[in-house]
Amino acid sequence: MKIEASAGGLDMQSLLKVENLVKRYAKGSLAGAREELLALDGVSFTVFSGTTLAVVGESGSGKSTLASCLACLESPTTGNIWFEGKDTVKLGEHARRQVRPQIQLIFQDPASSLNPRWSVLEILVEPLILQRKFKREEMKQCANSLLERVGLSPDIVGRPPTELSGGQRQRLAIARALALDPKLLILDEALSALDCSVQAQIANLLMGLQSSLGMTYLFITHDLAMAAYLADEIAVMNRGRIVEQGPAEKILKQPQHETTLRLLAAVPRITRAAPPAVQQ
Amino acid sequence: MNRNEDGPKQARRMASVLEIQDLHVSYRSREGVVCPALNGVSFGLKPGEIIGVIGESGSGKSTLAVSLVRLLPSNGEITRGAVHFEGKDLLQAKPEELQQIRGRRISLIFQEPSLALHPTMRAGEQVRQVLAAHRSPGKNALNERTRQVFAEVFPEEADRISRSYPHQLSGGQRQRVLIAQAIVCGPSVVIADEPTASLDPVTQMETLGVFRTLREKLGLAMIFITHNPALLSGFADRVLVLYGGQVVECGPAATVLASPRHPYTKALFQSIPAVSEGRGNGRSTRLPVILGDSSQSSLPRGGCPFEPRCTERISICREREPALVNLSESHVVSCFKYEN
Repeated sequence: MKIEASAGGLDMQSLLKVENLVKRYAKGSLAGAREELLALDGVSFTVFSGTTLAVVGESGSGKSTLASCLACLESPTTGNIWFEGKDTVKLGEHARRQVRPQIQLIFQDPASSLNPRWSVLEILVEPLILQRKFKREEMKQCANSLLERVGLSPDIVGRPPTELSGGQRQRLAIARALALDPKLLILDEALSALDCSVQAQIANLLMGLQSSLGMTYLFITHDLAMAAYLADEIAVMNRGRIVEQGPAEKILKQPQHETTLRLLAAVPRITRAAPPAVQQ
Repeated sequence: MNRNEDGPKQARRMASVLEIQDLHVSYRSREGVVCPALNGVSFGLKPGEIIGVIGESGSGKSTLAVSLVRLLPSNGEITRGAVHFEGKDLLQAKPEELQQIRGRRISLIFQEPSLALHPTMRAGEQVRQVLAAHRSPGKNALNERTRQVFAEVFPEEADRISRSYPHQLSGGQRQRVLIAQAIVCGPSVVIADEPTASLDPVTQMETLGVFRTLREKLGLAMIFITHNPALLSGFADRVLVLYGGQVVECGPAATVLASPRHPYTKALFQSIPAVSEGRGNGRSTRLPVILGDSSQSSLPRGGCPFEPRCTERISICREREPALVNLSESHVVSCFKYEN
């Protein structure tokens, strides 16, 4: 797909531009006034091609709602999401189907995002079958090269994901996401459920894929240390708003907003003072 | 307690509230293959002490948590060892005796607070029922004790939270309800298996603060299991590192965290990015990793379990298991590098 310059005020390098995104959920109460929950409250940012934007925030800050809206899984209440010059919010179902494969989502727990009854091969070729892009014989080859790309041995194609370790499963989820040559990967807490040593392996894999394939990442996390390591830019969210945004280094060295300070103070460090006791 | 034991050994056991000796646990797969999960774990927990147990998935840390109170799944079996608690070996205790101990003298807290709570029962009632199951002090005393525990765990809003259903609470609040359940009977030991893993860092810190406060106020001893060593800094008194079902290093938290000695502990700590490590110095930076994963540990074949992934291995590592070496009175490590 070609980048259509100037459409929607988009410049050449930016892959994704979000403008004033608002998402309201109706809060269920059986009787009485209907309450509303403002999950996203006017979020705007731009992600440039080949870079990583980390979105950090506490639970309930709206990070995952943002991910669902960007991946076209939820429609925002108002606002625009420009992806390669097209506003995905306003696209019809047919046109949106063309956009969706280019934005892939990777979730926190690979154990629950991979079908336990399927083999690795079936998991990998499903997106290819759905998009009818490949002939049958090409698919197996494609699966092998995907596995190789994420550092898995092609020997595992016949095994179910339940026989893989947590790190292998997350590699498989990344391989499946790469199957359709996406331009943007949304990683929603993709490292949080893994062991520290495995987190480091997957973080390195993601960095490697970015430099070899020119991938663009939106890395959603509550781990500020990992965000700082992976991202070029960090956006800090609180109660549905971006309260601070800037180059990763600047956010770490000169944090301004209290949410950022709070998150920074809470990053576990190997050498750190005792956690404050609870005031009674 | 065994009377013909030699003096110092008995004195040491007396000093520990929970003493684990040479614990071996294995699981049997459906095909009948026996997989060892714990291979000779020994340590003592002193009254009021917090021991942090670090290990990757598959290291045996959750197996350790459940086998101490014999809650292993039906395919798991404790093949050897002893767990001494209040003068009894829990591994030999009768089921009725164990019921008196579990939840009352030794409590467990698990990772996923939303799964551990009943969805349609108010938080206060869920804590009250734990107490009622173990003691029957009468309705008023029951309610009073429940209120007291809620006030301890939730300095603010104790009443509102005790009247709430789990879905009305945040992750951190649910975890505190589980803590309330764990302490309501006044146990002397709490075993917590990844209790903060699903919480965001700010809530995680608050929860650690709650644990610490309770330890100070109630003198609880804790076994705190985690995969994130950084959590233990400033929190645990001692750190025990499990790898492949064995203790590879154990010592005072400050010492182990600041200067780990086992190659595995060192590599594990290095793989955690520091906040100060920005990406500023170019894309070529990579986090140091431990190659392979823990499924490669070599439990059945003898030799050091970490040998296949170790960067400092020497020929002897394949030949036999390293023994625990005392680096100081309280710091032990199992590695040939430190053997003479």
